Amino acid sequence: MSSIILRAGTRYLAALLLLFSIYMLLRGHNEPGGGFIGGLIGSTGFVLYAIACGTGDARRALRLMPQNIAVAGLGIALLAGLFSVFFNDPLFTGQWLFINPDPATGDKGLPLSTILVFDIGVYLVVFGSVLTLTFAMEEEI
Amino acid sequence: MAAPETTPTQGPGIAGVLPIALALGLFTWFASFLPTVAAGEVVRLAWDWVPSLGIALSFTIDGLSLTFSLLISGIGTLVFLYSRTYLGSHKQFARFVLFLASFMLAMLGLVLADNLIALFVFWELTTITSYLLIGFGHEGANSRRSALQALFVTGAGALALLAGFILLGFTAGSFELSEIVKLGPQITSDPMYPAILVLVLAGAFTKSAQFPFHFWLPNAMAAPTPVSAFLHSATMVKAGVYLMARLHPALSGTDVWMWTLTIAGVITAVFASVVSIRQTDIKQTLAYTTLMALGTLTALLGQSSEYAMTAFATFLVTHSLYKASLFLMIGCVDYSTGTRDANALGGLARAMPVTAAAAGLAALSMAGLPPFIGFISKELQYAGALEVQTSVIFVAAGALAANALMFAVAGIAAYKPFWRPAQMEFARTPKEAPATMVAGPILLATLGLIFGLMPGIAATYLVAPTVATFLGTTEAAKELKLWAGVNIPLFLSLATFALGFVLYALHGRMRAALAAMEPALPNFDSMWDKFLVGLKAFAAWQTRIIQTGYLRQYLVWTFLTILLTLAGTMVLRGVMPAMPDLTQVTWMSLALALLTAAGAIMAAVTGSRIMAMAALGVVGIGVAMLFIVFAAPDVAITQLLVETLVVVLVAVALLRLPSLDRPGESDWRPRDALLGAAIGTVITLIMLSVLQQPLDLTLTDYFEATSWPEAFGRNIVNVILVDFRALDTFGEIAVVVIAALSSYALLRTTDKGGAK
Repeated sequence: MSSIILRAGTRYLAALLLLFSIYMLLRGHNEPGGGFIGGLIGSTGFVLYAIACGTGDARRALRLMPQNIAVAGLGIALLAGLFSVFFNDPLFTGQWLFINPDPATGDKGLPLSTILVFDIGVYLVVFGSVLTLTFAMEEEI
Repeated sequence: MAAPETTPTQGPGIAGVLPIALALGLFTWFASFLPTVAAGEVVRLAWDWVPSLGIALSFTIDGLSLTFSLLISGIGTLVFLYSRTYLGSHKQFARFVLFLASFMLAMLGLVLADNLIALFVFWELTTITSYLLIGFGHEGANSRRSALQALFVTGAGALALLAGFILLGFTAGSFELSEIVKLGPQITSDPMYPAILVLVLAGAFTKSAQFPFHFWLPNAMAAPTPVSAFLHSATMVKAGVYLMARLHPALSGTDVWMWTLTIAGVITAVFASVVSIRQTDIKQTLAYTTLMALGTLTALLGQSSEYAMTAFATFLVTHSLYKASLFLMIGCVDYSTGTRDANALGGLARAMPVTAAAAGLAALSMAGLPPFIGFISKELQYAGALEVQTSVIFVAAGALAANALMFAVAGIAAYKPFWRPAQMEFARTPKEAPATMVAGPILLATLGLIFGLMPGIAATYLVAPTVATFLGTTEAAKELKLWAGVNIPLFLSLATFALGFVLYALHGRMRAALAAMEPALPNFDSMWDKFLVGLKAFAAWQTRIIQTGYLRQYLVWTFLTILLTLAGTMVLRGVMPAMPDLTQVTWMSLALALLTAAGAIMAAVTGSRIMAMAALGVVGIGVAMLFIVFAAPDVAITQLLVETLVVVLVAVALLRLPSLDRPGESDWRPRDALLGAAIGTVITLIMLSVLQQPLDLTLTDYFEATSWPEAFGRNIVNVILVDFRALDTFGEIAVVVIAALSSYALLRTTDKGGAK
């Protein structure tokens, strides 16, 4: 599709969608969102880019092969699940670390967890898989 | 074809030495348990494997398992030594040794395992390694067929066995064999007992080649000779016998146990001895005598008397010694002369004196002559046969016939090739086989003589502890002695010798008569082939009917199945929802429902592809809006995003396909419309009746209560996905990756080279 308006608009829209997808990923634990939704939103950014500028440009912009991203996501999720082995917990038990908790106000501090790592894995899997499929469809059919 | 760098001097290298050391080390280690076990103790080792399912890696060393372990590792040592020469120059020798060593370890695991599930895993490992070993000469079609036949027959039996084990485990309340055998009558009186018995025996009979599952064993002789000696006479085929022996305290004593084992065992023994006379290939002859031995062992296990159990333990050891020896011996003959044909061989005693001696010693034990252990074993068999509670005449006559035929076969296999005059010129001049090859046969055959002369050794260390496994105490074993006085077994023995001698004298004529009868008899091997052909034809037929290659047909079958199972369940259970209360429906949900329905109808009736796609989008968005109305924002967002992506993907794919309809052709397909309407109605009815059930909020309450304190998250949907049910999610994303990769591969390959 050779529409200069769409191409110009896509530059900003795709960037915004990517940013928004990360926002959705991070807020997911307490508000609507999460890795799955984040991955879908992120991939729509690149799908839009592929429609506007062609899959060649989209692939170059992505730099990595989407299937590699998906497999890497699966690996990250697995590692997050295996991490509990070090704490003698069953597989996929979430491990948490709170930085600077303040018991006076009841603030738990900055939470870091394997749960977030797992969610990032989910994000990458969805993101990579959708783009694998879309790019292949656009190129091959 | 032969690689130039392969020289005849190239030895087997490390692959020749390592397994011998392994087997010998294991043998020594097991032998160190002999005094402990002979004193009546049981050694137990256990590690947890899947504790939540009661599955443990637990091992027991008692009389039965120690006897088996010693036979496996001891004969294994000699077989590895033998293979080093026999197959050492084979270019895949290392692979062969790997298979054989894996088999040995699996077999040891099988006889030592104390847990039903662990035993089953080892059982299957022996099936697989046996398949690989029979098919070792995989260039030959016959090897492949025999390997596959053995795999199918024993594999099918193993499936039945697994079902039997699970039933047994739940009936007994434990998967530990040591617990199960203590229960005794509690299992035989359970209503599940007949099912357990049938399933377990199906596994044991296929593995130990009992009639009518016997046909795979003679075919398995396509394997190299050391394999035949090791797997298909001394060890693996005894796994079924081992299992029946192991479960003997728990399952025996009932009429159905006694009759089934007695009849199957006696028929197998007599049938196999007769057929073995018919064979001209000595290896095949020996294969059928193995069947005879397995039948005898099975028939003995049908009983519970002290004589029968002692006879079982003695014959188990006796048979392994002489049969492995004879198999290895015929391998030596084959190695030296290039043939195993009983009609061709003769006059080898001068050229191969050591092999002839080994063959002679083993055959005398097999024929049951004093002072060999075979004689004691046969006396005990007769003593056991006279005590059976089923039919003394049937069992004793069967034992007499089988033993007399064994006497004749011993003459055919071990006397004729060596001592009668030479029949023909051999392709190569026969000479004695190398020491590594004759060591095994001569050692095993001599052991048969030593045990016969000093029966106390075998009795104390092997037989009595084995009998203790069945009857609880080493005291229960009958004494092993060469001279037991003038009694009925002695007369039966004398009758055996007389009859056996006559049969040997007449075996040429018997063979001709049997060969003439053969076409008239049912041939199990060709019945197996017909069964496979029929199975393939059935598969092809049902594939043609169900999988036509038209996507439309697949959808019809899929939805028809869903419709029948759901509607059938509803009718059978009498589920019919009451008319729902429609007064509380808000105008908003009503509007959304109408919008969705309109989209669905539009998608079905439109003739334009882009219209159908847009209409489907309306359906998806309508559903997403319903989710928002019912306060499920996560689901709604996901639905909207997926819907968007689907439209993009479908647009890419569909727009390049030809138009939906040819102009002027009717698009009215009443069958599809009816199916669609029926599915919709049934799903609606199910949803209504589900909603009219009181909602169980236990899980919802649990997640609401624990989501924040335990998982530190307020979005319950996401917390469930990534924390409470993280393993499920991991499985799902793995599926997503696999689906993406496989569709990528499909898209990449289908269009390659084609014009766009």
